[in-house]
Amino acid sequence: MSFQTHTGNRGLVLEEKLIFEQGEAGRCGVDLPKPDAVKSRLGGLERDSDVGLPGLSEPQVVRHYTRLSQKNFGIDSGFFPLGSCTMKHNPRLNEKVARMPGLADLHPMQPESTVQGALELIDSCAHWLMVLTGMPAVAMSPASGAQGELCGMMAIRAALDARGENRRRVLVPESAHGTNPATAAACGFTVDSIPATADGRVDLAAFEAKLGDDVAGIMLTNPNTCGLFERDVRKIADLVHAAGGYFYCDGANFNAIVGRVRPADLGIDAMHINLHKTFSTPHGGGGPGSGPVVFSDALAPFAPLPYVLHKDGKFHLVETASEQDGKKPFGRLKGFHGQMGMFIRALTYMKSHGADGLRQASGDAVLNANYLLARLKDKLSVAFPGYCMHEALFDDEFLKGTGVSTLDLAKAIIDEGFHPMTMYFPLVVHGALLVEPTETETKESIDQFCDAVLSLVAKAESGDAEFFKNAPYLTPRRRLDETAAARNPVLRWVPKNAE
Amino acid sequence: MRYLPLTPADRTAMLETIGAASVDDLYCDVPSGALLKEPVDLPYHQGEMQVEREMAALARKNTGTASAASFLGAGAYRHHVPATVDYIIQRGEFLTAYTPYQPEIAQGTLQYLFEFQTQVASITGMDVANASMWDGATSCAEAVLMACRATRRKKAVLSGGLHPHYREVTETYCQYSDTEVAGRDGHPEHQATTGELDDLIDNQTACVVVQYPDIFGRIQDHTKLADACHAKGALLIVVFTEAVAFGAIKSPGSFGADIVCGEGQSIGNALSYGGPYVGLFATTSKLVRQMPGRLCGETVDQDGKRGFVLTLSTREQHIRREKATSNICTNSGLCSLAFTVHMSLLGEDGYRGLAAINHERAVKTADALALVPGVSVVNETFFNEFTVRLPKSAAGVVEALAAKGVLGGVPLSRLYPNRDDLDAFLLVAATETNTDDDIAAFASALKEVLA
Repeated sequence: MSFQTHTGNRGLVLEEKLIFEQGEAGRCGVDLPKPDAVKSRLGGLERDSDVGLPGLSEPQVVRHYTRLSQKNFGIDSGFFPLGSCTMKHNPRLNEKVARMPGLADLHPMQPESTVQGALELIDSCAHWLMVLTGMPAVAMSPASGAQGELCGMMAIRAALDARGENRRRVLVPESAHGTNPATAAACGFTVDSIPATADGRVDLAAFEAKLGDDVAGIMLTNPNTCGLFERDVRKIADLVHAAGGYFYCDGANFNAIVGRVRPADLGIDAMHINLHKTFSTPHGGGGPGSGPVVFSDALAPFAPLPYVLHKDGKFHLVETASEQDGKKPFGRLKGFHGQMGMFIRALTYMKSHGADGLRQASGDAVLNANYLLARLKDKLSVAFPGYCMHEALFDDEFLKGTGVSTLDLAKAIIDEGFHPMTMYFPLVVHGALLVEPTETETKESIDQFCDAVLSLVAKAESGDAEFFKNAPYLTPRRRLDETAAARNPVLRWVPKNAE
Repeated sequence: MRYLPLTPADRTAMLETIGAASVDDLYCDVPSGALLKEPVDLPYHQGEMQVEREMAALARKNTGTASAASFLGAGAYRHHVPATVDYIIQRGEFLTAYTPYQPEIAQGTLQYLFEFQTQVASITGMDVANASMWDGATSCAEAVLMACRATRRKKAVLSGGLHPHYREVTETYCQYSDTEVAGRDGHPEHQATTGELDDLIDNQTACVVVQYPDIFGRIQDHTKLADACHAKGALLIVVFTEAVAFGAIKSPGSFGADIVCGEGQSIGNALSYGGPYVGLFATTSKLVRQMPGRLCGETVDQDGKRGFVLTLSTREQHIRREKATSNICTNSGLCSLAFTVHMSLLGEDGYRGLAAINHERAVKTADALALVPGVSVVNETFFNEFTVRLPKSAAGVVEALAAKGVLGGVPLSRLYPNRDDLDAFLLVAATETNTDDDIAAFASALKEVLA
């Protein structure tokens, strides 16, 4: 039944104004003591105008954000099979530990003697990551996956500079995430695309033909963005090494193999690990992430500052370069020492799973994805043959002639109460739908999702394209006009009388 | 294992549907020998209680700022975070959401980002702000790269008052893009004059970067520097490490800054030993298309209702690949939520009131330390952080103070390990969390240590 309410609210779907439209002068959500009068040391630069912030009481603030939260879909809300993002359960124990006194209230510039536990924690987290990857070194400071890539590629650049070689070409498969070419460019490299084979892997012959003495290395995601394991990975490593280049592995999909395959055994030189994917630190609506990078012996000396050193029974934080320990750090990537809050959560997660549980987790992730693939493969068009790893990739061939696009289908999936899969990525597949269920979903929720998708596909085949064009119908907002937003950007609120 | 819902019966049934004999079969593309048959050499799984116990044992080996009189700053500040902030950011709908690519089911995230952008633009006095960066130091580096793009020039001039980490990160980011980084060394006793950097600004200069208040705590008007930059076609980037300051002092926008960026940790975010924090980044309307990072914009939905989306994404790596403005993919979403919730609680009165208390606490601390024999306060101007000169090496004094339960500031030698001339200087910050008792304890411990 559809009717207009007086308020615009629709039951539990509540309209919420901007805080700037609710503020009143004289209201405040904090009670602060009145400062004593002191002689100002502000040097005559006292603020002489209002900031323009709205005044709200605490209950208004709580209600505002509670209402906003109800317009969001999270992992806690339901099935979230967003491919390449590993939307697994975020354990609340991790949150509790990150807030413990002695961790949350540590200042980054405290004397070493007062933070031995924190340095031990970083060292311990690093140890787990090194054992799981089989790699001899790790840089903990990168802020995110993209900065991890930057870290890895800068180490490669520094290693080449140390060799006195001017290699500037980086080979990147067409299926790579956009951060890969953007990162290579930021390190002064040029990007050369490698085509894919018909089975969704790197075209080995094309790759080999592109090798030369100007090649700095390859950036390869493995398992790749098509959800497939690069079965020639060792050969690729051998070839790039023989050509004098390095092997950067994008570890975005490490969740498929953690505890079962060690990247060191594949011949890689550097790989970032998204702690917010594989190790369950929350995505938080777009960060903060954390992207430690493991290194081979060849690149380890170039790892950035700072790093933790265990020596003479004490933990030390090394913040400056010193030649005597054989290190040649390429620089510093971030203020202070990295995303400590994420190390705490990731270590808590790893300790909870243990070596056995992590192995079970990756196995279940791959099992869930293959189960989903098996359930959908007859009705949807599978992009590449064979088993997948932790995510299943479809193209839009099955929608051909229906008038329904990948986007339309995704919007209809929203009405069914799921977060859609990743759409239109990777770019090598037409109208891609990339589905990653993760290991923390039940068989029942995957079955329900598959049943819903199959019913929508049947609806699309029945010729009801109009239904899909207008989906979603049941969300707090329906399709938004992104073109208008970009053409005339409104990026902040301004008071009505100022317009 | 408590996070894994599949039962043995589920696994058997699923393998049957797939037509595989075992999970190992699904890994058939892994090269022979690389597939491990046994778990790696790490401890096995543990219950919540055991894990919590182990992590708590690590925490107990530290001295937290909450359990000591703490006067540490230098880019990270201990402030009181209202209980509401932590409650809101732990709501699962925020905590476990992804980047809002499906705006119909992400209006919560998008609306708070729009509000966040407005707050950041307001406190910095700029036209627009983005949806946050990783931290202050990376914001600074990205601002320099942005200025190079906008001016098509390849030289950045950094003030000696810039936080050394910000300088190092900027140098790291610039080292492989043929961008020259020039600048002056700073010294807390050499008051920077307004013309300090003028002779370094030439027709090749993309930008000048100054920190306000600077690393030594000093506050300076940069209007003339903005004019000097603009006269040569360069941009002025004003960096900050203490976002509370703009409640008390003029905004960088009022000086004519082109980009204002810095650290937002102070508002809403725990110290957490240095991260995760939240980079704030604001600029003018003219430069918005050169800005890195995510941007949220207002629009309408199919029914004409106001809504929000990520916008101007043609700047970004997922569209532009190697031609993108930056390789940034995530922002610091949850930290920006903490910032914006705290800011909403503060409002105009709270924000300015908080700044006033910080200044008052710092003035009282400076006055108390100035009475300690052998100690002199270097700064003429400061907000909530200042530099003192000690009669001996500050690093040793800090260790001795820690033994007495006082975290008494950051020795400049920690930030400038190669500058012997800064050995005797200590950077001291005070916030609303410092009581009169803390200040008295600090002064008396310092007196004992120096005696």
